Amino acid sequence: MSTTSVTPAPEDAIVRKKLGFGFWLCVIWVGLMAFIAIFAPVLPLKSPTANFINSAQGRPPYAPSWSHWFGTDKDARDVFSRSLYGARISLTVGFTAITAGFLIGGSLGVISGYYKGWIDRISSFGFIVLLSFPSLVLAILLTSLIDRNLLTVSLVLGLLSIAPVGRLARAATLQYADREFVLAARQIGATNRRIIIKEILPNVAIPMSSLALLGMAVAVVAEGGLAFLGFSVQKGITWGGLIQLGSDASKTLQDAPWIAFFPILMLFLTVLSLNFAGDRLRTFFDVKETTL
Amino acid sequence: MNQSDMVRSEHEPLVETIDVKTHFKTARGIARAVDGVSIQIRRGQSLGVVGESGSGKTVLSRSIMGLLPRNGVIREGSVRYQGQEIGNRSDKEMQSIWGREMAMIFQDPMTSLNPVMKVGKQISESLRKNLGMSSSEALAVAEKLLHDVRIPEPARRLNQYPHELSGGMRQRVMIAIAMACGPNMLFADEPTTALDVTVQAQILELLSEQKRDRNMSLLLVTHNLGVVAGYTDEIAVMYGGKVVEKAPTKTLFANTKMPYTEALLSSIPRLDQPSHSRLSTIPGRPPDIVHPPKGCRFAPRCAYVRDLCLNEEPELQQADSPDHTYRCFYPVGSPEYLERRVELTRKGELVASEGSN
Repeated sequence: MSTTSVTPAPEDAIVRKKLGFGFWLCVIWVGLMAFIAIFAPVLPLKSPTANFINSAQGRPPYAPSWSHWFGTDKDARDVFSRSLYGARISLTVGFTAITAGFLIGGSLGVISGYYKGWIDRISSFGFIVLLSFPSLVLAILLTSLIDRNLLTVSLVLGLLSIAPVGRLARAATLQYADREFVLAARQIGATNRRIIIKEILPNVAIPMSSLALLGMAVAVVAEGGLAFLGFSVQKGITWGGLIQLGSDASKTLQDAPWIAFFPILMLFLTVLSLNFAGDRLRTFFDVKETTL
Repeated sequence: MNQSDMVRSEHEPLVETIDVKTHFKTARGIARAVDGVSIQIRRGQSLGVVGESGSGKTVLSRSIMGLLPRNGVIREGSVRYQGQEIGNRSDKEMQSIWGREMAMIFQDPMTSLNPVMKVGKQISESLRKNLGMSSSEALAVAEKLLHDVRIPEPARRLNQYPHELSGGMRQRVMIAIAMACGPNMLFADEPTTALDVTVQAQILELLSEQKRDRNMSLLLVTHNLGVVAGYTDEIAVMYGGKVVEKAPTKTLFANTKMPYTEALLSSIPRLDQPSHSRLSTIPGRPPDIVHPPKGCRFAPRCAYVRDLCLNEEPELQQADSPDHTYRCFYPVGSPEYLERRVELTRKGELVASEGSN
């Protein structure tokens, strides 16, 4: 946390907690996925929608080979490039959903934790209402009603993340709102808005940062689930949709397991990385107050 | 109130409270944390507010500053600052007073600094907000403030986080923050309680030095009579939400009137006592402020209690000098007091050395 470069104090020399190699590996993987998601169209990838029918090999799907690293699906489309393109929608939905959840849920939580009273009662009741719906059912219900594009699917998933995010933000705020440094800020003339932004938010951001990664993992999985059931973004390649294509008929999974396997692998590694990185971040920031 | 009139004719008090009551609504009933307190503090003067935990001393200082919780508080009485009523002002209206006119330092420097904000930023915040300085100007002033509170290498400290500083150092930072906008009135709420004994004297010294240099008034809240003795002009002893004795520091120590004050004084270990002598304590516990005793609030624990004490509440009495007041029917030195004292000494309930006050 410290950025001092001048002669470190002795206590700095004692075991510094480290994020570790695994954390950075996960960050690299997620970063790579994000990079691919953003730059997929300009990367030298095969077209994800072209049919690479090769009469010499007979009927598609073709098994993984030098020309198609992950093989092709039943329409002879390249699974490798489709898996990479799948990151676009999956990650965008995951990211947008959790951002929306943080913006709405986070601010609701901080405000209700800080002001307490009736604001708190109303928003806490809202959180409970949201939490008492089975989330997948609610997501299916909502997505089946709307025009399923990138934004709407993201917002539906974002809506689902409001309650858990809000409750954590509220709990963290409650913990800090009664601290003396808040009173200390008040008595030197800081307004409520200033206290929330400058005193409370930086403290609350610490536990929230790990939740952001964990929450994104959940959103990516949820999107995969929706796509598998056919309730995600209608036109477009998503990991869930690819997995569904690779397992739609009972024979497909046995005859051409690579069609489903590679998108599953991508989804798995990404979610694992997000979870692991979030978890590491949580332990890293889990500073006992006594050492502060 | 004739006493306050006399004071006013000489110097207008900087801060004055008249019959301030601060009650909290709790599940058990109404807690009378501060129950009718009138005090005056003149410019450049320091007042010590002494009492046990729960005597209302912290709530009193926060009532004057208007730093009470938002919900469940009943406020009564009048708080005046430079002759203006501020007791009924909203938080918004107090913004102009907080920081610039009045500031407060808290008991525990571990929790009163924001753990994730650099020291320099925490000091410069109020300079920028209240005095409209630019961030580089404010940092320069912050460095000077850190220097004033005797922090070595102030320039380097600006870039450090609170956890990199020691307890005493953090309290110095708190003082620097409170001093930043040059307040006229400083509230120090047990500023040394959380600190190491060796550091306590340094911090108190620093406070009284700052007070002198800036001609600031100081309200020092503490449970330690030894702390206030050397650093205050006047002392108010609080018990159960009321001021039970108030006098200039020297008078209070030399001519104690209230048995509670006497008991507090005698519970301080003294160097001239024989070693291994038992420390005298005050039996019982502080009064329940939700259901305070009917008569004198100290009566249930007082060694000199009589029937009248249990049934009627004593009014504020004036002692030999007009600036010495107390709440007691049978003060130290009265015939009833002496009579009881003889009895107690005979029964061996009083340690002989206690009487030397």
